[in-house]
Amino acid sequence: MATKVLMPKLSDTMEEGTILKWVRKEGEKVKQGETIVEIESDKADMELEAYDSGVLRKILIPEGGKAPIGALIAVIGEANEDIAALLADAPSPQPAKKEEKKETTVPIPSQSAAPMSTAPQHAQPGDGKVKASPLAKRLAKEHSLSLGSIPGTGPQGRVVKRDIESALSGKMPVSRAAATIVPGTAQEVPLSPIRKTIAKRMTESKNTAPHFYVTVEIDMEPAMAFREQINNATDVKLSFTDIIIKASAAALMKHPMVNATYLGDKARQYHYVHIGVAVALEEGLVTPVVRNCEQKRIDQINHELRDLVERARNRKLKPDEYTGATFTISNLGMFGVEDFVAIINPPEGAILAVGSIVETPVVKDGAIVIGHTMKVTISADHRIIDGAVAARFLQDLKKFMESPAALTL
Amino acid sequence: MAIVSLREALNQAMDEEMARDERVFLMGEEVAQYNGAYKVSQGLLQKYGAKRILDTPIAEAGFAGVGIGAAMVGLRPIVEFMTWNFSLVAYDQLVNNAAKMYSMSGGHFHVPIVFRGPGGAAHNLAATHSQALESIYAHIAGLKVIAPSTQKDAKGLLKSAIRDENPVIFIESEVMYGEKGEIPEGEYTIPIGVGEVKKEGTDVTIVSWSKALQHFVMKSVPELERLGINAEIVDPRTIKPMDYDLIVDSVKKTNRLVVVEESYPFAGVGAQISHEISRRAFDYLDAPVERVTQEDVPLPYNSKLEKASLPNVEKIVRAVRKVMYMD
Repeated sequence: MATKVLMPKLSDTMEEGTILKWVRKEGEKVKQGETIVEIESDKADMELEAYDSGVLRKILIPEGGKAPIGALIAVIGEANEDIAALLADAPSPQPAKKEEKKETTVPIPSQSAAPMSTAPQHAQPGDGKVKASPLAKRLAKEHSLSLGSIPGTGPQGRVVKRDIESALSGKMPVSRAAATIVPGTAQEVPLSPIRKTIAKRMTESKNTAPHFYVTVEIDMEPAMAFREQINNATDVKLSFTDIIIKASAAALMKHPMVNATYLGDKARQYHYVHIGVAVALEEGLVTPVVRNCEQKRIDQINHELRDLVERARNRKLKPDEYTGATFTISNLGMFGVEDFVAIINPPEGAILAVGSIVETPVVKDGAIVIGHTMKVTISADHRIIDGAVAARFLQDLKKFMESPAALTL
Repeated sequence: MAIVSLREALNQAMDEEMARDERVFLMGEEVAQYNGAYKVSQGLLQKYGAKRILDTPIAEAGFAGVGIGAAMVGLRPIVEFMTWNFSLVAYDQLVNNAAKMYSMSGGHFHVPIVFRGPGGAAHNLAATHSQALESIYAHIAGLKVIAPSTQKDAKGLLKSAIRDENPVIFIESEVMYGEKGEIPEGEYTIPIGVGEVKKEGTDVTIVSWSKALQHFVMKSVPELERLGINAEIVDPRTIKPMDYDLIVDSVKKTNRLVVVEESYPFAGVGAQISHEISRRAFDYLDAPVERVTQEDVPLPYNSKLEKASLPNVEKIVRAVRKVMYMD
C-alpha cells in the first residue's frame, strides 16, 4: 500500500522546511530506515528516513522547494500502484525559483487559491501613504497590527488580505524597509530559516520580557592561572568559556530564580542547569546546549562543548541538542568587545553577555599594577528577577570566577 | 422535474396565467397566426382565440400604448416585442406612460403590464439588432426589470411579472430560446427581487444574469478551477429591484467581486452594483470591483469583431485574476 511522506516537524519552532536534496530519485527503490531526503529546518539540516520500503513513486516538492509541516512531499508505494488518491491531497508547492513553478504539475487545492508568487513590494518612491485594501485595514485593526509594518504584495505595494494573514501566521517579518529606495541602490536578500526564527523569537522576547541589565567586572588573573595550570598539566585544552559555564552553573544553583522560566502566574525553577552557548554561523545564531552543567566537571563540559560547536558549524545538531537550555551565555570577547548586552532567549529568564579579557591598571594592595579584567552583563527578565537578585547572582559568579579551584569540588 | 426549452417554459407561464386569469392577453407582431417570431406563443391562438392573442401592425409605439391603456382600465396585457431593440421605437410609451402613470395619476391608475421579448446579441445581427438594454430600462424609476438565466427562473418569474400590479420589463435571451433545462412539476412562481446563488464558491463572487451568466460565466468555471479558483456565481435574476443583500453576503465571504454583463460599461448595471457593494461591504473588499461588459462600441457585424466586443471567458478570467491579485 502506498504511503505518504510528509514534511516532518524537526523543531518546536519549525513551521516549514526546505528540501535540500533528494537522496533517492523518483522511481528508485527505497528501504525502510534508509535516508531519502535531506531537509533544512529553521535550526538545522536533518535526514529523513523512509518509514516503509517500496519505490519512491512521486516527489512533490523539488530540491530548493519549501513545504509546511505535515504537507505531502513524496509518495512511496509499489511500482505499479495507483497513487492518484494520495496525490489529491498534495499542497501547492513553493518552489525556490519562479521558473520552476511552471514546471510543477501538482494540482492546487481550491483552499489555497490565494496566490503566493508575488514578492512583497514597497510603496512607490515618494509616496509615503500606506496603501491597503479596505478588508486589510479592517483586519489589521482587529488584530492590532500596524499596516505600515506589513509588506504589501498587491499593486503598488497595496497591503491585501493575504499579507495580513502572512503577518498573523508569522511567515512574513512585520517590518518595513525605508519606503523610498532608489532602484539599483539596494538589494533584497531572502532570509534563511534560521534568520527568520531568530527574527521572530528575538522580537517576541523583547516585546514580552521586560529586560534589565547588570554588569560586573571580574578579575581574570586567577582564572588565567587556573586555565594555564590545567592546560600545561593535562591534555585538556580549557577555554575561558568552559570556566564561565561552570562558574555560571555553580552560581545559578545558588540563585534558582535566575535559572527559571516565567509562566504567567508562576515561575518554573529548574533543578538542573542546561547552558546554551551562542555560536555564530553565517546564516545566523545557534545555541547548542550543554546539559546538567551543575554535575559535570569542567573537562567534561570542555569536551562536550567542543563536539557540539563543531557539529553546529557543520549544521549536524539534532533538535534536542539545541533546545531545552535554562540559561544562555553569549561571548563576544574574541572580537575585542569589552562589554555588551544580549536579548534573553525565551523561555529562559536570563542571558549572560561576556566581554573580552582586558589588560588594565588595577589597584592591588594599595599599588597600581597591570591586571586582567573581564566584564559580564546579565540581561534578566524583570517579571521574575529583581535587580538585587541579579546582582547577588553576579556577585557569586564573580566569586567563583575569581576562585576557580572551588569549581573543581 | 421536466426538461423544457426556454421558449416552452415561457409559453407555459403565459398559458397558465391566461388559464388562471381571463384578463390576461398577449399582443405583438406575429404572436398569433405565426405562433411568434421565435415560437414562444406556440399554440396559444388555438387555445385562447383571436380575442386574447392579437397580431399587431409593425407599430411598436402604437401597440405599446394600446397595451398601457388596456392595463389602466383593468386588463393585464402581455406585450411582446419581436426583439427589445424594437422597443426603442416605443421608448416614450414605456418611459413616460407605463413607468409614470401610477405616480402621476396620484395612484388612480395601476399599469399591470408585461413587456417581454428577446434581448442581447445573437449572431451577425449587427449593432442595431444586438443590444442588451436592461440597464437603460432599469435606469427608469417606475419600471421593474427581469432578466432570467434559466428555464425554471424564466417561467416562475414571468408568472410573477404577469401577476404584478406594475409595469415589468422582461428580457429573454434570444440565443437561449432552444436551450433546455429543468423546471419543477406543477404550479410555482419565483418572487421578483430575489436572486439565487447559481454556484457556491469561496474565492471570488461573480454576479451575472441571463445569457452572460450561462454562456460566458459558467463556461469560465473550468478554467478558473484549473487556476485553483472556486468562484461563487450569483444570479440576481431581477435587475430591478436588485437583491443586494444576496451579493453583499457573498462578498463578505469571498472579499472579491466581478460583475459580468452584456450591456455597455457606462452607467451599466454592473456600475450600480459596484457602487452598492462599495457602500454596503466596503470593509470586506480586498480588491476594487472589476467589471466585464460589452466593449464601448456599436457591436460590429464581423464575426471576429463581434466576439471580441462581447464578454468572453478570457475577459472573465482576466478580471478574476485581477481581483485575486494573481498577476
